[in-house]
Amino acid sequence: MIVRILGEGQFRVDDDVAAKLHALDTDLDAAVEAGDEPAFKKVLEASVRLVRDSGDRVPDDTFVTADLILPFSDATVAEVRQLLADGKIPGDSSVGQP
Amino acid sequence: MPPGAAHSLMKGTAASMSVMKRVSLIFRAKANKALDRMEDPRETLDYSYQQQVEMLTRVRRGVADVATSRKRVELQMNSLQKEVTRRENQARDALGKGREDLARAALQNKASLQGQLNDLQGQYAQLQEQEEKLTLASQRLQAKVDAFRTKKETIKATYTAAEAQTRINEAFSGISEEMGDVGLAIQRAEDKTAQMQARAGAIDELLASGALEDHVGGTQDYIQTELDRLGAGSDIDAELARMKGELTGGAPRQLEANPNGSPEAAGAQAAEQPQAGDGS
Repeated sequence: MIVRILGEGQFRVDDDVAAKLHALDTDLDAAVEAGDEPAFKKVLEASVRLVRDSGDRVPDDTFVTADLILPFSDATVAEVRQLLADGKIPGDSSVGQP
Repeated sequence: MPPGAAHSLMKGTAASMSVMKRVSLIFRAKANKALDRMEDPRETLDYSYQQQVEMLTRVRRGVADVATSRKRVELQMNSLQKEVTRRENQARDALGKGREDLARAALQNKASLQGQLNDLQGQYAQLQEQEEKLTLASQRLQAKVDAFRTKKETIKATYTAAEAQTRINEAFSGISEEMGDVGLAIQRAEDKTAQMQARAGAIDELLASGALEDHVGGTQDYIQTELDRLGAGSDIDAELARMKGELTGGAPRQLEANPNGSPEAAGAQAAEQPQAGDGS
């Protein structure tokens, strides 16, 4: 499975890591919904560390899309909420408007 | 469903979907939307490449902006550090002249300045981190863009049919995700820089107007004026002693024991005596 950490690029992880990540993702979602900043930080940190430590960097000449995208390692609940709410990504307008 | 789930983008499936999955879907939706608009796939590649080069320029400018901000904070830190040192010297000076009240005021002032300095040091570290991250993002995008350029020409050369279309879609979506990532990183750095510039601007103004001291302690002029006065007082004492020595035709050491000085000198001596005692 391909995972991206925002600001850090893509990593390829095996099924074992993917399963762990899905579990963490559930906790992350709960923390965002509850607005629990400390819990969010803790789970995000664990997720980022897992991917960095157990994943292999995707080479630059490989163009794939990620199955999971982790927020920036120092993101806040508010930041993630905003991204999920408006779904706006800068660079949006600069891509694909011939 | 928890009440907060209602704000989710993917309303229908939000209950079972996670943050990481939802973010990836947002990125994918963006790429698909762009692809849907493309008519000629080969033009898609060229157009995308053009956008990538523009994004590279943007990210490099972002790095330069953060660096400028960081340097500005650095200059301010130096100015504040000088002020802190000055206060410390004032306190020592005041203590030497037996003015504990002034020394206390100077140290209180120093503490306020030190607080501001610590705050700036925190900001500086944050800017440094942003700069490093953005530099890495820029290098990563550069590598991706170089790889894309090669891939683009290969795909175009072998462009025949549906197979090529698939490869184009893959390449486009892959680079689109990277561009979105870098775009977000630039936006974050810009936000952080803007916040800090607002605060740095306020401190610059204070430092420039010399009002910082008054702003934090409200007693700068009082401390320095008092110290200057004390300093001038002892200078005057020394000059008086020298003049008296000249008038009596003897060495200055005879001064204190000489009750027969001229009326003027005696008067001046009487007036200055308490302060001389005060100052030593």
